[in-house]
Amino acid sequence: MAESVTAEHEVHHPALQHHFENLEQQREAGTLGMWIFLVTEIMFFSAMFFAYTLYRYKFPLEFASASNHLSLKLGAINTVVLIVSSFTMAFAVYNAQVGRQRRLVISLILTIVLGLTFLGIKAVEYHDKYKDNLIPGQLIPGHKYSPATIHLLPGASPQYTEMFYWIYFAMTGMHALHMVIGVGLLSVILFFSIRGRYDPEYHNPVEVSGLYWHFVDLIWIFLFPLLYLLGRHIEHGGTPLH
Amino acid sequence: MQQEGYEIPTPSKVNYINAQYGLKSWLLTKDHKRIALLYLGSVTAFFFFGGVYAMMIRIELLTPRGDFLSSATYNKVFTQHGILMIFFFLIPAIPATLGNFLVPMMIGAKDLAFPRINLLSWYIYILGGIITIWALLSGGVDTGWTFYAPYSTTFSNTYVVLTGLGIFINGFSSILTGLNFIVTIHTMRAPGMTWFRLPLFIWSHYATSLIMILGTPVIAITILLLAFERLARIGIFDPAIGGDPVLFQHLFWFYSHPAVYIMILPSMGVISELIANFSRKNIFGYKFVAFSSLAIAVFGFLVWGHHMFVSGQSVYAAMIFSFLSFAVAIPSAVKVFNWTATLYKGSISYDTPMLYGLGFIGLFLIGGMTGLFLASIAVDVHVTDTYFVVAHFHYVMVGGTLMGYLGGLHYWWPKISGRMYPEGWGRFAALVVFVGFNLTFLPQFVAGYLGMPRRYHAYPPEFQVFNVLSSAGATILGIGTLIPVIYLVWSMRYGRHAEANPWHLPGLEWRTPSPPPTENFIVSPVVTWEAYEFAPPEEMEVVGTTHHRPLEDAPVAGD
Amino acid sequence: METGWISWLPEAASTLAGKVDALYFYLSGVTAFFTLLISGVVIFFVIRYRRRSPFEIPRPVAGSHKLETIWTVIPLMIAMSFFVWGTNVYFQQARSPKLAQEIYVVGKQWMWKVQHSTGQREINELHVPKGRKIRLIMTSEDTIHSFYIPVFRIKADVLPGRYTDQWFEATKTGTFHLFCAEYCGMNHSGMIGSVIVMEPKEFDNWLAGNAGNQTPAAAGQQLFQSLGCASCHGVSGEGGRGPTLAGLFGRQARLTTGTSVVADEVYIRESIVNPQAQIVEGFTGIMPTFQGQVSEDQLLQLLAFIKSLHIENPQQPVPAASPASTSAQPRPTPQLNPK
Repeated sequence: MAESVTAEHEVHHPALQHHFENLEQQREAGTLGMWIFLVTEIMFFSAMFFAYTLYRYKFPLEFASASNHLSLKLGAINTVVLIVSSFTMAFAVYNAQVGRQRRLVISLILTIVLGLTFLGIKAVEYHDKYKDNLIPGQLIPGHKYSPATIHLLPGASPQYTEMFYWIYFAMTGMHALHMVIGVGLLSVILFFSIRGRYDPEYHNPVEVSGLYWHFVDLIWIFLFPLLYLLGRHIEHGGTPLH
Repeated sequence: MQQEGYEIPTPSKVNYINAQYGLKSWLLTKDHKRIALLYLGSVTAFFFFGGVYAMMIRIELLTPRGDFLSSATYNKVFTQHGILMIFFFLIPAIPATLGNFLVPMMIGAKDLAFPRINLLSWYIYILGGIITIWALLSGGVDTGWTFYAPYSTTFSNTYVVLTGLGIFINGFSSILTGLNFIVTIHTMRAPGMTWFRLPLFIWSHYATSLIMILGTPVIAITILLLAFERLARIGIFDPAIGGDPVLFQHLFWFYSHPAVYIMILPSMGVISELIANFSRKNIFGYKFVAFSSLAIAVFGFLVWGHHMFVSGQSVYAAMIFSFLSFAVAIPSAVKVFNWTATLYKGSISYDTPMLYGLGFIGLFLIGGMTGLFLASIAVDVHVTDTYFVVAHFHYVMVGGTLMGYLGGLHYWWPKISGRMYPEGWGRFAALVVFVGFNLTFLPQFVAGYLGMPRRYHAYPPEFQVFNVLSSAGATILGIGTLIPVIYLVWSMRYGRHAEANPWHLPGLEWRTPSPPPTENFIVSPVVTWEAYEFAPPEEMEVVGTTHHRPLEDAPVAGD
Repeated sequence: METGWISWLPEAASTLAGKVDALYFYLSGVTAFFTLLISGVVIFFVIRYRRRSPFEIPRPVAGSHKLETIWTVIPLMIAMSFFVWGTNVYFQQARSPKLAQEIYVVGKQWMWKVQHSTGQREINELHVPKGRKIRLIMTSEDTIHSFYIPVFRIKADVLPGRYTDQWFEATKTGTFHLFCAEYCGMNHSGMIGSVIVMEPKEFDNWLAGNAGNQTPAAAGQQLFQSLGCASCHGVSGEGGRGPTLAGLFGRQARLTTGTSVVADEVYIRESIVNPQAQIVEGFTGIMPTFQGQVSEDQLLQLLAFIKSLHIENPQQPVPAASPASTSAQPRPTPQLNPK
């Protein structure tokens, strides 16, 4: 490798941080850093997936009954919204790579709007649960959990449906929190994109934000079938789960 | 490489300590070395806070009756001793002080990959610490540091959620430090610094960082669930609505077992440095030691059930955890043998850091092998939740981690502060710590096998003799840990000035002035030598002023 | 074991204790050996190879794959010996023998409640006969506790909402410590008691002398009536609207899911507090839950009663479908596969 003498007189990109040797190293570090952060997020969600697995095995009928009470329509719309937002995000990253600032800005705006749409629909769903007294425990004073509105499958005990709902709220709540952070992150990126900070040589922040956004989308793609779809085949006359 | 016609800049008097003055320049620094010092101060403060609780425990246990503290207070005292020591001292001590200071220097970089995140991780640590102390001062928490449900969720009337919040926040400090180290080690090594030329300190910290990023998120979510259960009475761990209290134990130990490897692996990294450098010899079996660190990190995630042999898990699960717990001991044994072999035909000096390193080997042996007792289920059934376990983990955490921390602190003190500590006092303190420590914890093995349960503040009289010995030892140990604080602080002002390479060693951190300049190296290094490749002093001077030997003459060291 | 006035080992007072101690001695011996060996080698090297001149550089020593293999394989083999021996002893301890006298234990903050099958109750004390196998069936009313008898070398957690068990056979008479070994709050160190081992004859006398208490099974029978269980399951558990309970304990029960489970203590307890979880084949889930209506003590009494029910006459047919059933079709006879 070439002799690495401090090159004070070389012109370097204004975005290069002084402790890195060059932009390439900075980009590599930023990308690896985001991947590792996403690994920590996987571990964070994995504990809840474990609890889900355990309690679904213990209470299959209660889980199916409670799941069928969720709005399949809203859940499916949200899934489509997120998948489209991942597409617009990928488009944004592409535009940053080729230096098309206007399209980059538009793609980011679309992604943010879709993200906010997702959160809005989620808020509607949460409100429905609140009206049906399905918020677990005594989280909302005065609205203790009540399984009265759930159509129970034969053999299901009403008191164990609460298990499903705390997992539902924990998992979708955590996910929604990460969406909010994602929207905030993209807003910052949008701000800098409008200011013209990114060019084909330096656009790593857009790339790593894209990684984060795709990850949050991916978590939802796991959550949707596990939470919304697990009992639908029974609803339509299939054989009961054991 | 000779640098013909290029003027080598002379080391100036400006270093990272005097480069800028003022509180703001320290509290808003991006320099990893200053951040390491910020951690050094806070970690020391938490150590002594936790130590005060330890003294209260030992005073109470001098007599069989509970006469010094009330039962409720005692329960808070041992809980808080555990929480402060584990989360606010043992986990950050070596990585956040020595690791932060040395990782960039040892690999030839100017700083860590994400300096602002490094500073953020200190602020998060402080915030978590303040919240936890606030909880302690408001009335404390009495669940034991293990927070088992249903006691912690339903029956305890103390500040569980607030303390949990402090620990939850503190966890992010760990995660960010680990993330920073991994990215730095992967992407910022100097030219010529290949993976197998890295000091073993770096390998250990890399393995530790893997555990930090994979394990800490799980305790975070566990604490969150515990808080929800307490606040909203959801019933996650409540049998009445179908929950399982043993689920809490699985989630808790899934992190907390790997956490103990977060505590010991950095210390092992320090010991590798001490043994090799104070014998002036290459580490025997370098690759085996390096890979052992990774093996410990991986296996460490597979053994959590050995904390639950009597909690009602199935016989077959118990067998598997027992088997894996024996397996995880093997890489540690391999390291001990390699360190011993390194001493063979070395040139060994008895400086303070080496005394700590040698002490570590003996104490870690006892701590590790008593771990094997606990992995044998039949013995574990008898001694779990007794003082046998307390003695075991203190041997590895104090005899292991603390010795490595103190040894490393003394070893790198000239680099960090630019001053030498007084060698006579250093050796004396090391001896006091060693004697005090053994007197404290060796009797506890006996008391444990005799059946004395842990977390008891009153006990049957036949256990008293062991408790008295233990308390006497604890007093000596406490004094022993105070002495270095005094002379290290003294040395910052009155100690002898240290040159760049006072121990005459080949590591990259010694090839720059003491204390180093803010950007670490005057000239960016290019590495052409193997790890632990010793040479005459004139060949190990500040980078840029060295005459390198041609590669053909370099001896073949290790693999 | 005592040397002078300090005892280093607890008494060995059960059939298990000696085995655990033997393993402990082996572990201690190997530990002491390696600690002394390695410390000795270290001290020897440190003296023999001390630095003699300030800047001397010893020749680097090449590593050795052979040595690495040896000191990986040998510790692994030694560790495996620990594992095999430990697991062997553990198996003997983990499986309660079939023919054991049962004693019920309920832990609560901060005391141990013990009930013998003859009805004798104790608090913080456990009288047992020497030389007989005793099985403890345990649960907790509140937090997790742990029932620990050091001289027997046994310990097991007691959990709320679940039964755990452990067994022992005492080999020495005397009074020994009983400790709670899982931190449970304020008076955890006060949750201690005594295990009193008596000669078998003395124990039988003691038990008889304290009779007049209702046996758990008799108390269970009263509950069975007063809670209305008899109306569906029959006065002697012969069945009716609900499945037959006579002779059920220890046998297989076929469930609506098609699987079979052993009707053990856990199954019986769960059937009372969560009857919907496992429904016997041929029945629908109309049994109400008794969660919150019966205490842990009462559950143990019901359990004791159900265990005591035997099939009166194996030839007697079990009554078939009852008019109160919700399904339109006649219910087939419930299957109990005799073991």
